[in-house]
Amino acid sequence: MKLTLWTYEGPPHVGAMRVVTGMRGVHYVLHAPQGDTYADLLFTMIERRSERPPVTYTSFQARDLGGDTAELFKTAAREASERFKPDALVVGASCTAELIQDDPGGLAEALGLSIPVIALELPAYQKKEHWGAAETLYRLVRGCVEHARVPANLERNREGRAPRCNILGPCGLGYRHRDDVTEISRLLQRLGIEISVVAPFGASPADLARLPEADFNVVLYPEIAETAAAWLEKTYRQPRTKIVPIGVGATQDFVREVAAMAGVDPTPALAPEASRLPWYSHSVDSTYLTGKRVFIFGDASHAMAAARIAKEEMGFDVVGLGTYSREFARPMRELATSLGIEALITDDYLEVEERVAELHPDLVLGTQMERHIAKRLGVPCSVISAPVHVQDFPARFAPQMGYEGANVIFDSWVQPLMMGLEEHLLNMFKEDFEFHPDAPASHLGAPTSAAEARSTDFRVTDAQNAAPMGASADSVAVLKESEVALIEKESTASALNGQVSWANDAEKELGRIPFFVRGKARRNTENYARERGIAIISVETLYEAKAHLSR
Amino acid sequence: MNAPLSHIPVLRERGQREVFCGLTGIVWLHRKVQDAFFLVVGSRTCAHLIQSAAGVMIFAEPRFATAIIDERDLAGLADANDELDRVVTQLLARRPDIRLLFLVGSCPSEVIKLDLSRAAERLNTQMWPQTRVLNYSGSGIETTFTQGEDACLASWVPVLPDAPSNTAAELMVVGSLPDIVEDQLRRQFAAMGIPKVVFFPPRRSTETVHVGSNTRFLLAQPFLSETARLLEARGAQRIPALFPFGAEGTAAWLAAAGKSFGIAESVCIEASAAAMRRAQRALAPFKEELQGKKVFFFPDSQLEIPLARFLSRELGMVLTEVGTPYLHKTHLAEELAALPSEVQLSEGQDVERQIDRCRASQPDLVVCGLGLANPFESEGMATKWSIELVFSPVHGFEQAADLAELFARPLRRRQRLKI
Repeated sequence: MKLTLWTYEGPPHVGAMRVVTGMRGVHYVLHAPQGDTYADLLFTMIERRSERPPVTYTSFQARDLGGDTAELFKTAAREASERFKPDALVVGASCTAELIQDDPGGLAEALGLSIPVIALELPAYQKKEHWGAAETLYRLVRGCVEHARVPANLERNREGRAPRCNILGPCGLGYRHRDDVTEISRLLQRLGIEISVVAPFGASPADLARLPEADFNVVLYPEIAETAAAWLEKTYRQPRTKIVPIGVGATQDFVREVAAMAGVDPTPALAPEASRLPWYSHSVDSTYLTGKRVFIFGDASHAMAAARIAKEEMGFDVVGLGTYSREFARPMRELATSLGIEALITDDYLEVEERVAELHPDLVLGTQMERHIAKRLGVPCSVISAPVHVQDFPARFAPQMGYEGANVIFDSWVQPLMMGLEEHLLNMFKEDFEFHPDAPASHLGAPTSAAEARSTDFRVTDAQNAAPMGASADSVAVLKESEVALIEKESTASALNGQVSWANDAEKELGRIPFFVRGKARRNTENYARERGIAIISVETLYEAKAHLSR
Repeated sequence: MNAPLSHIPVLRERGQREVFCGLTGIVWLHRKVQDAFFLVVGSRTCAHLIQSAAGVMIFAEPRFATAIIDERDLAGLADANDELDRVVTQLLARRPDIRLLFLVGSCPSEVIKLDLSRAAERLNTQMWPQTRVLNYSGSGIETTFTQGEDACLASWVPVLPDAPSNTAAELMVVGSLPDIVEDQLRRQFAAMGIPKVVFFPPRRSTETVHVGSNTRFLLAQPFLSETARLLEARGAQRIPALFPFGAEGTAAWLAAAGKSFGIAESVCIEASAAAMRRAQRALAPFKEELQGKKVFFFPDSQLEIPLARFLSRELGMVLTEVGTPYLHKTHLAEELAALPSEVQLSEGQDVERQIDRCRASQPDLVVCGLGLANPFESEGMATKWSIELVFSPVHGFEQAADLAELFARPLRRRQRLKI
């Protein structure tokens, strides 16, 4: 038994639902008790789908357990195939039905339906949502291909036609899948590559049967499509892509990878102006992003891609990196090691929270869970991965993949931080008597009680000098609060260490250091003092440490 | 109001049920009882369900969690009881402020016959008096949505202390209500001359709630059949009444208490006259909007019948089908008698057939769960999410118009949108 407050992934049958809900012409009969229908609302509410997921639940009750739950399943399967007339039927059990061992596969087989019946075995007490999705896609692909009797020695004559690929992985309730497919399709078309089938997203069982006809497979979401793509590669000699095109560098690598598989020239999709991210990152306003400390957590593909973007394309320091996808623990660990940190592989929300609190990063890039953690800790955050919430399905076009995805990522990562010029100006004038952080906005008239409450701050300003000032004071006040929180946290941390403390004048001097490097300065100085056995940090120690570390 | 109970035929169905299980009640129960913790012993599905139902409540440090059963527990490699003890110890070490711990059974724990009542007893002997440990089942194979609250309160009734037998009659209001509503009702009762009212569940588990033969209780919610049965078994007497939805329902509910305590009818009427007038005034514009509009209820919380009565009698809405997961004919006797005879009642569910009937009856408003709402909206039907009726303050005079507004808003929105 494991004590769990929040979970990153649902059970494996929810993964199966994500695959079938993404498709057309498939119906899923799930042997499950009343209550498991909650999963429908993930699709109708979070993703705002206008149709119910194509799932029939048997809704067995306690009084059925002594009787014939198998008969209940058969009735549900028969009625669902009559009512929905699917081209393929998927059958399986949720966690409770797994325990009563009714064998949905065998029962559905016994109905003698004319359509392919795909039986899923999803061990709910071992596996989770992504595994369930991957297994379901694999079983569906295999079932449909075998039902259509596609020969293993299928000839793919490449003469006189454009190269052809499938896109695998996008499904229901996927983080930005809808827009990623659009963006990557455009990219492939620019290279002159035809897209044969996109699956599961929008595919029918007949489309799945056509998968072997393509020359290669583009795996957009390895968590979902890797198993199916590996089987297709083994059975039909279809190579599969390994690079997930999130970020400018990864997109370029991806372009080269698919161009090589397709035998085409990659140049049309490598134009330097394809994304605005590189120039935005080089422009002077972004200087302040340098060395921002980021904590990254999510599914493995998105988190690993984010780490590369953070380091190479934003100039951040990746101070924490991890995933809840244990299936991808190995590559994640390797990447973390190459960044000089240790990967956090866990599905325990409390452990992640603890790590974030311990690292106090400048920015958290995570899932909806980390958004809540960051909110509680007062750290800016941007969502990069599932689990998702309704706001992760924006009305506008907002891919994560490809060049447009890189633009979206730049904006959404920078947005929770402050713009560089703004930060710089606020800092430059922060000791100006009319421009201190607690000055209320002049257009609001007399000082507000909130501003008065804040003006007790001793580090930076003199409350006597408080005077109304320009319009920027609002944003200054906001800045002030986060600053106070940061400093309070830091003081607590050093007090707990109990080894070094700060003299008043040194503390005051520290307050003069721009806040975005202040945390770093504090830690560096404390480490310096600790190494030298200095118990009380003076102004002298502060500058000694600065000189020492800037060598 | 004295028509025979069975004047309305009830359609009983079996099939797919598009409803939550009883675990969902944890979402509001843990907010109500502020020193209680709910530990579900179940699967990842259970954890995922509560998390999905709780939505934004993730912002709060939750007082609920799931002990997820894994294959080691199932294979017998780990003694489930030892595992449970370990998890509970870990939990209470983290949250020493917890005074009442519910072990909540789920579908998997019921199917593998994990005896949580014995586990609760064992843990209670270790943890008491710092923490009391109780257990109930919120499993989907036994409970539908609000029945989870019934099961929770029912597990609590046997440990309520005995009321001293020689005291005067006391009033107990049963069913969790928002604090603000409790306070309003408390003032109403005081004005009527019933000064001592206890609410069950209490806001803190350490508050004393006595029960005995001098206890008279009013149900605030229509889904508390087992809780009521156990209270009656301890000598308490249920005061039959309409449920306190709408001005009429609230007045009747208060009057029933007054009558039971021997308070003159004129005193009761006088005591609630101002609030009653206020409620009626606030309801009037909604009646203009909703009069003659057809409403269809999918089964969800067991609030359907009292709400249908309110919509029909106080707002003039036309009832098509009113579905309920479970129909308690005794507790709902007054409600059923107040329904128009042409209504179609249904109990249980076969969701596909019910959707067919709903489309055929072309209602102006469909009251349904979150899994059905957007699909109906996309077909052009206005919907009201039923879960909001459980989470929002809707009882009593002061909330009568808020309750009406919940039904009017989807229609108003449709009128506004010109796209």
